[in-house]
Amino acid sequence: MPFDARQDRMEINVSGLTKVFGDGPSAVTAIKDADLTMERGEFVSLLGPSGCGKTTLLRIVAGLESPTEGTVEIRGNAVWNGTRRSAAATRPVSMMFQEARLFPWFTVVENVALPLRIAGVGRKERLERATAICETVGLKEFLHHRPNALSGGMRQRASLARALVTEPQLLLLDEPFGALDAMTRDALNIELMDVCARANVTTILVTHSISEAAFLSDRVVVLAPRPARITAMIDMPFDRPRGLELQQSMAFQKMVGELRQKLSEGE
Amino acid sequence: MSERTLKIALPAISVCLFLVGWSFYVRTAEVSAFVLPPPEAILVALIEMVQTRELWDHALVTVTEAVSGFLIAVGLGISLGFIMARIPPVEWAAKPFIVLLQLIPKIALAPLFILWFGFGLESKIVIAAALAFFPVFSNALQAFKSVEPGDKDVFTILQANPVQRFYLLDVPSALPVILTGTEVAVVLAMIGAIVGEFIGGNEGLGYLAVAHLQNLAVPELFAVIVILAMVGLLLYTLIGRLRQSFSAWHVSSETA
Repeated sequence: MPFDARQDRMEINVSGLTKVFGDGPSAVTAIKDADLTMERGEFVSLLGPSGCGKTTLLRIVAGLESPTEGTVEIRGNAVWNGTRRSAAATRPVSMMFQEARLFPWFTVVENVALPLRIAGVGRKERLERATAICETVGLKEFLHHRPNALSGGMRQRASLARALVTEPQLLLLDEPFGALDAMTRDALNIELMDVCARANVTTILVTHSISEAAFLSDRVVVLAPRPARITAMIDMPFDRPRGLELQQSMAFQKMVGELRQKLSEGE
Repeated sequence: MSERTLKIALPAISVCLFLVGWSFYVRTAEVSAFVLPPPEAILVALIEMVQTRELWDHALVTVTEAVSGFLIAVGLGISLGFIMARIPPVEWAAKPFIVLLQLIPKIALAPLFILWFGFGLESKIVIAAALAFFPVFSNALQAFKSVEPGDKDVFTILQANPVQRFYLLDVPSALPVILTGTEVAVVLAMIGAIVGEFIGGNEGLGYLAVAHLQNLAVPELFAVIVILAMVGLLLYTLIGRLRQSFSAWHVSSETA
């Protein structure tokens, strides 16, 4: 690929990223010297055991945590200027967390409309757009329920709808379905893949599930703890669209085995 | 009988038994009516009093003092709580004063406030506010501090400005705990107003109680206490209702 074409499609550029929490003898290096570039529309998973710095890496890209060293660029704009976050660089970013983080003082549709409300979209328009996106993720009957009345899976659907309502270009996912049962998790993963492909969203997923990472990603970044660092990057050469049957195939099983091997090498 | 009817019937029965027992005791034990009048004498005094214009004027004064003091306490308590939760150095600087003021029995400051603010409404409002301030303030400080970090992350990602953060996140998160503080505060505001009236001035239910005592009109004194209890109950119930409706998260800006 010619260098210029690649540069044009470059979405994220992480370079020499290091984060140290605390100082002196009690300092902990959460991530050391991480490099990662991503193209527009690419789906990358950060895979590793707890303590490998995958969540810290994601939070720095999101603008939630400042780096100790190194740079993060989104579409050529630096996310961090020292410890100051650039609002312009992180504007196209949406994020989902392990907990749904819905607000109990709003109904489901109001929660989903919240990003638009904060962005200054008028009441009528934001409720229409939120309603539309709720319907696509299967929340039609729950629009006016309180989040507390929803099951865990439904809450994460609402959380996904909230992350998508602003039509983000970059979606950051911090183990969003980690607390769900396997069946709900599969269903939501399929929907997530659909949405990302349709809207050409660039996605980073933090996960500790090997098969989830292999199934969803174009590329898996393997991290290891002590010291926390990136140890491997492996392409997932499976055709899209992917269905659950892919997970039964030999090629997939072989890839899962290879990833498991890479993970254990890092220990 | 069902549990429901028992829950209504039993308290009624226990109150009736108490009143009958009281009446019986006063008659048989030959207690002086100056010390403990029988409940029926208090009831007669109460009925006579509520028909006078004077009582309602006094009650209005006390309620005005207590409610004004309460509102000042709520306003100050929530604002200071929010500022100190948001800017920790302010809390560190104010800490010695907070601890000191919490240690002083604030009732003891009442005579001082009379000296500073006179015998009128103002001094009672200040006393009521001083008593009611701390439960609101300490609950507000705690509640604003304990807004979930994960919830704050969501607002950071959404690039909310400080004003949006305040009314879409901080206030609704903190409200249930703050309202619990206001339930305590409204009772303390009543106490503050009454104590102020005991010490000085010539209006209000607290003054009325002292005046009846000096005339040895004991049934009337009891009647004033009954009325004070009713007013206190009314205010407490109002705040309690408010809290319940907010805690059930009916605080919705878009469907309301």
